[in-house]
Amino acid sequence: MARYILFRLLQAIPVLLGTTFLIYFMVFAMPGDPLLALFGDKTPNPALLEQLREQYHLNEPFFVQYLYYLGGIFRFDFGVSYSGQPVTEILAQTFPVTIRLAILALLFEMIAGILIGLVSGIRKGGIFDASALVVSLILISLPIFVTAFLGQYFLGIALGWFRPTVGAGAPIQDLILPALVLASISFAQIVRLTRSSVIETKNLDFVRTAYSKGLSSKRIVPVHILRNSLIPVVTYLGTDFGVLLVGATVTEGIFNVPGVGRTLYQAILKGEGPTVVSFVTVMVLIYLVVNLLVDLLYAVLDPRIRYAK
Amino acid sequence: MTEPLLQIKNLDVSFRTQDGEVKAVRSANLTLNAGQTLAIVGESGSGKSTTASAIINLLPGSGKITGGEIFFDGVDLTKVSEKKMEDIRGSQIGFVPQDPMSNLNPVWNIGFQVEEAVRANGIAKGRKDVKKRAIEVLKEAGLSDAERRLKQYPHQFSGGMRQRVLIGMGLAANPKLLIADEPTSALDVTVQRVILDHLETLTRDSNTAVIFITHDLGLAAERAEQLVVMYKGQVVESGPSVEILQNPLHPYTQRLVAAAPSLASRRIQATGADLVDIEHRPEADSNLDLIAQAASRAEAQKAEGHRGNAIVVDDVTKVFKIRQGSGRSIDFTAVDKVSFTVERGTTTALVGESGSGKSTVAKMLLKLEEATSGNIVIDGDTINGLKGRELLALRRRMQPVFQDPYGSLNPLQSIGNIISEPLRVHKVGDRKTQRARVKELLDQVSLPQMVVSRYPNELSGGQRQRIAIARALALKPDIVILDEAVSALDVLVQAQILQLLAELQEELKLTYLFITHDLAVVRVIADNVAVMQSGKIVEAATTDEVFENPQQEYTKALLEAIPGAGIQLGI
Repeated sequence: MARYILFRLLQAIPVLLGTTFLIYFMVFAMPGDPLLALFGDKTPNPALLEQLREQYHLNEPFFVQYLYYLGGIFRFDFGVSYSGQPVTEILAQTFPVTIRLAILALLFEMIAGILIGLVSGIRKGGIFDASALVVSLILISLPIFVTAFLGQYFLGIALGWFRPTVGAGAPIQDLILPALVLASISFAQIVRLTRSSVIETKNLDFVRTAYSKGLSSKRIVPVHILRNSLIPVVTYLGTDFGVLLVGATVTEGIFNVPGVGRTLYQAILKGEGPTVVSFVTVMVLIYLVVNLLVDLLYAVLDPRIRYAK
Repeated sequence: MTEPLLQIKNLDVSFRTQDGEVKAVRSANLTLNAGQTLAIVGESGSGKSTTASAIINLLPGSGKITGGEIFFDGVDLTKVSEKKMEDIRGSQIGFVPQDPMSNLNPVWNIGFQVEEAVRANGIAKGRKDVKKRAIEVLKEAGLSDAERRLKQYPHQFSGGMRQRVLIGMGLAANPKLLIADEPTSALDVTVQRVILDHLETLTRDSNTAVIFITHDLGLAAERAEQLVVMYKGQVVESGPSVEILQNPLHPYTQRLVAAAPSLASRRIQATGADLVDIEHRPEADSNLDLIAQAASRAEAQKAEGHRGNAIVVDDVTKVFKIRQGSGRSIDFTAVDKVSFTVERGTTTALVGESGSGKSTVAKMLLKLEEATSGNIVIDGDTINGLKGRELLALRRRMQPVFQDPYGSLNPLQSIGNIISEPLRVHKVGDRKTQRARVKELLDQVSLPQMVVSRYPNELSGGQRQRIAIARALALKPDIVILDEAVSALDVLVQAQILQLLAELQEELKLTYLFITHDLAVVRVIADNVAVMQSGKIVEAATTDEVFENPQQEYTKALLEAIPGAGIQLGI
């Protein structure tokens, strides 16, 4: 098992090199001079411009720029943004907020989604099942910004349960509403996924055999049906965590959350190579770790899956 | 006389379908005394499993008891609450399901699943006692190293082992009645025999009554004192086994007696039953007598004289590399220096248990696997290293029919497309001649032409296997490789397919390689037999020699395992 984990972590190195290279190249290839853009309408002082170019290695060829950046990463120096703030600092400010938001959303979609999906699947064809299907279909069809505005208006303003936008320091109680909105689509997907998985499992032979042994539904549903139904759901949750991190952009914008999505969006607009690449690098890392955890969780859920020792 | 343990009176069971209610069981009656063994026999869809499920109220899907009574120990089970039923299941009525592969939960270890059954029926309390009883149960069921295996998972057990676990669970609480639903149909014949012997000992010792459900009349008669024959949801005949077997009254029972290969290979003379094809074209199968069939076949073959070899397998070995993870692998010899020949126009049966390497031989012949060493000669041409066009030409002369008629036909293609696909692949004729050929083939396999536009799921297992045979014949091959081609079918359907194969052989001068684990079938279809064990051919001779004078212990064991072998039949 330890060997397997080590192998997977080593696998992350080429993935990281590849992604950073691609992103760096794309930012490099973006039209327009990022420094000129900084000055807006004003004409910059040529000497200052030259100094800045020197500082950010902008007049070196692409590969040299990339190697400079790569060298920095190994010293945990992610470079400096064009506004003069070290990228490490920006990362430290924004990632905790977004990760908190994503975890909140994940917890919500996991607990509520699996529970409702389970009940739906067990009582297939009933009123509960029908309403769960309709509600989940509505949530899937609504664009996220519509859900966001609806939540903001009804839960935030009309009912006043939550603050409509996130306050300074992004306290956890302010993040609940954005998390609910962020989770809405995945929640609906998980309800449907769990439901169909449960329906499939509950008709399997071993469930009937469990009944024939004299077990009650109270035991069979969690022990024999739920566990077997969870594998596709876990796969979905794993990939979804990454989506939640990136997909937070719209939600973060609407609720004014000082998180990764908003900052990254602005950095892309400004063509700030080091900032964009650093954000993506951290995201890829998180994504890889989460995927590894999901793969390890498979082995826990299904003993038939065993990784080479 | 004491009151019977189980009495079913006028039981009706219906399923709700899109076309309305379908009656699966119609006023069935059945009586079973304590300690007795009763077998319910019938083909799939006859309602035998449904009747059994109804007893413990575990009908699948939309099934519902719509009438009648089921008295068990004086209580009408159709009227008890679900809560009460839970108490009865397991502790009073044990159940052993059909397929050991799908009836254990793959994500829990064996110990957990047995302990669960022990605990639910209140046989033992406390973790230690429960575990102790679980080990006891497994040991009784024939798992000698039960302690060590408790922590293992179902996928680490063989089919026979799993069935032992299931039997152990069914008997864990010493129930008064055990329902065994085709408990061994999914197992090799030799394993089947051991398991059934064991089950018999266990239930006799504890005086447990058994309801034994099977489609094989021979098996039923061998294992049960009482027989109940079901057909289309109705009980058509019931009584003591020997009586029914020697003097079947209902035409359906007569057909079953005539068709069961396990009995056919023992029978001297047919009962003169009027056999009617239950699916299509009654006239085609009006004489479904396997023994007569086999006799006329043997005669016709004798008259032919030697016709040269269609298949020569010379010293063929197949080694698989089994990955051990992180780049290492060990060699596994699946087929070990196997040699045999098949004469043109004859049938050779390759017999062995699962894992004996018989299917690997078939795959190498079809060039789906490459032989590690040795030579395979088809019709005088070596097939080693054939590629591209030459390989395509070889495939044209040699076609396979596989075991599972449900898995080997693409469910999204119409029957016409399925049969004509080989013609399209090999670019034989234009659309019009292809369509004509499909019709001709359907005639040959005795199916009506209207099935052309239908889809596999609308056909029965036997009909599907006919389609698979038609597809194999589409290119007019010389050789057909039949890999367990009748093993998944009910006895009656099996008999029809065997007959069809024999007719086609005569008509088209086909050469068959017939791969099976069931020696009973071999007797009626094959001229020569090669018995395989752990990758080697241990015995090869003509069919008569093998059956009358087996040389190897292993062959004898296989022969003894044919159910019903010890039964004396009348007439």
